[in-house]
Amino acid sequence: MDHQTEKDQQRTVAERHADARSGATSEFARTIWRRFRADKFGMAGLVIVAAMFVVSYLTPVIANNKPLIMRWNGKLYFPAVAELLPMRWFVDYPELFTVDFERVKHDPAVALLMPPFPYSPLASSLDDTFQPPSGRHLMGTDDLGRDVFTRMLYGTGISLKVGLLAVAISLVIGLSVGALAGFYGGVVDVVLSRVIEVVMCFPFLFLILAVIVFLPPSIYNIMIVIGITRWTSIARYTRGEFMKIKKQEFTEAARALGATDRKIIFRHILPNSLAPALVTATFGVANAILIEAALSFLGLGIQPPEPSWGEILSVGRRHIEIAWWLATFPGLAIFGTVTAYNLLGEGLRDATDPKLAHTARR
Amino acid sequence: MLTYILRRLAYLVPTLLGITIVTFLIVNLAPGDPVQAIRADEMHARISPDAYQQMLKLYGLDKPVHIRYITWLKRLATFDFGDSFHSHRPVITLILERLPATLALNIASLIIALVISIPLGLHSAVRQNSLFDKVNGTILYMLYSLPDFWVALLLIMLFGVKLKILPIYGMEAIDARDFGFFGYWGDRIRHMILPTVCLTYGSLAYLSRFVRGSTLEVIRQDFVRTARAKGLEEDRVVYSHVFRNTMIPLLTLMGLLLPTLISGSIILEAIFSWPGIGALFYDSVRARDYPTVMGLSFISSLLVLLSTLVADLLYAWADPRVTYD
Repeated sequence: MDHQTEKDQQRTVAERHADARSGATSEFARTIWRRFRADKFGMAGLVIVAAMFVVSYLTPVIANNKPLIMRWNGKLYFPAVAELLPMRWFVDYPELFTVDFERVKHDPAVALLMPPFPYSPLASSLDDTFQPPSGRHLMGTDDLGRDVFTRMLYGTGISLKVGLLAVAISLVIGLSVGALAGFYGGVVDVVLSRVIEVVMCFPFLFLILAVIVFLPPSIYNIMIVIGITRWTSIARYTRGEFMKIKKQEFTEAARALGATDRKIIFRHILPNSLAPALVTATFGVANAILIEAALSFLGLGIQPPEPSWGEILSVGRRHIEIAWWLATFPGLAIFGTVTAYNLLGEGLRDATDPKLAHTARR
Repeated sequence: MLTYILRRLAYLVPTLLGITIVTFLIVNLAPGDPVQAIRADEMHARISPDAYQQMLKLYGLDKPVHIRYITWLKRLATFDFGDSFHSHRPVITLILERLPATLALNIASLIIALVISIPLGLHSAVRQNSLFDKVNGTILYMLYSLPDFWVALLLIMLFGVKLKILPIYGMEAIDARDFGFFGYWGDRIRHMILPTVCLTYGSLAYLSRFVRGSTLEVIRQDFVRTARAKGLEEDRVVYSHVFRNTMIPLLTLMGLLLPTLISGSIILEAIFSWPGIGALFYDSVRARDYPTVMGLSFISSLLVLLSTLVADLLYAWADPRVTYD
């Protein structure tokens, strides 16, 4: 008996199986990426979404009424940079707490370098109300004289955050319900399928609004409500995949080798049934962003003065006779983001489901 | 077929019960109780502990949850949702008053969407990959992702504010009754144009893409080739052979479209002050009028349940290939 076989025998059968599986999974991921890269619409969606994440991360140094570099009492400070995420946790300038940035930003001796858009998303400036778009204010100003472009930038982060976290919640619920229903079948499936059907019966805005009446409007409550009401299609796809995969031979093999239900669900079926759920989740992000914008537009979502695209649109609605820019740019941003996520979702769908690749695309 | 109908009806029972449970849970998840909500509604009027206890009794809130659910269910069976906190009239009366306006909007929108999307989808599919198909596909794709509340704002800005040719508010002019018969209905139709356009374009885009997709599937089948081979004109093949088969999945889709349409009418009715159930729901949510919110949630989910039922039954009736026994 040579050394290699001996070592092989020491490893359990399940371990070897897992190795083979993970190799196959990364091969599958490479195939999907290759197919996805060939799809120029999907790639465009990916690039736009990625660019939005970069922009929303860099927002504090792009638009801010705090200087990038400032001199205060003889010392140098970087208050705008300090608002970038990892710094925000460590850098804190207690000595700047009393500084009125709206005033010092015009003083070249203090503000050595300002961000390209030296405005705060919240500070109003009543001399500049309803300025039309110009070189100074790319997208004009609103009813309180705040720079709309700055508010739009800060709104980007809110939209992306709501979209991602809401979908994360619906993924957890949808995957659990779908997996349990599909794997166990029988009574479990009957009950859970009824639950899915019941939730689907409520027109989604009715359900969301009915829950929102009882909650104080905050960004987290919005995410939670969207998440707990929009999981049904993920659950249905996951259920279907589980039912299909649990009948396949490798599942039977795992069971024959004595794997527990938990192990079969998490290590064997779930990784293989994730693709349709992730595709649906991508469309779900677009949907959640749209719902958040609609809720904020109706005054039931993000509350002013917090900047959000829907909230800016609602200001635009109130002043529709005089300020066309308020009702135009936020809508464009919502439309662009939703389209980008939809393109990304379609690209992913075509890449993960080769059967659909040629019929689904226009 | 009869067994199928009966079985399908039997399936309604657990779903219906589930809907009532969800609605009941939402009411009972509320922090505090509905009596406190009334107190909050009446400008924090001080209510003596005695009066508070009396009101609790009146609403049955001193009983355990399951008893309350059963009593609530009994009232629900007679569509008794209680009185609105806001107008102090029965919720069901409010809903019935507002329903026609919403139905008018949704039915008009659905008819227009169908009339336009079916020929568009068919033509796109027949001329797959032609210039028409590509341009059409791109436009529809963009329409599909356009947020309706934004389109509503843009249309209001263009037709209501700039050009001043269409009303942007309500269902009829204040003095509409003085316009005479044609004037009156003309005025109503003019009020309907903008909300209907906003409600329609999304489902129109969705339906056209759907019709195109299912037509492409049908068109590859053998019976279509046979029809062409025996020398039928192309129009005849498309409109009588292919079209009838694409209608079948369309029926099921109609049932699924209703929740989207009803949800859409909340936003659009709020924007255009259209006096339907969507605007009623929006106003009730803002006023925290719980009985109305609950009554409307229940009624709207009931409407959806019934429409999926009708769609399923139509599907069974229209597709002789499927047996349901």
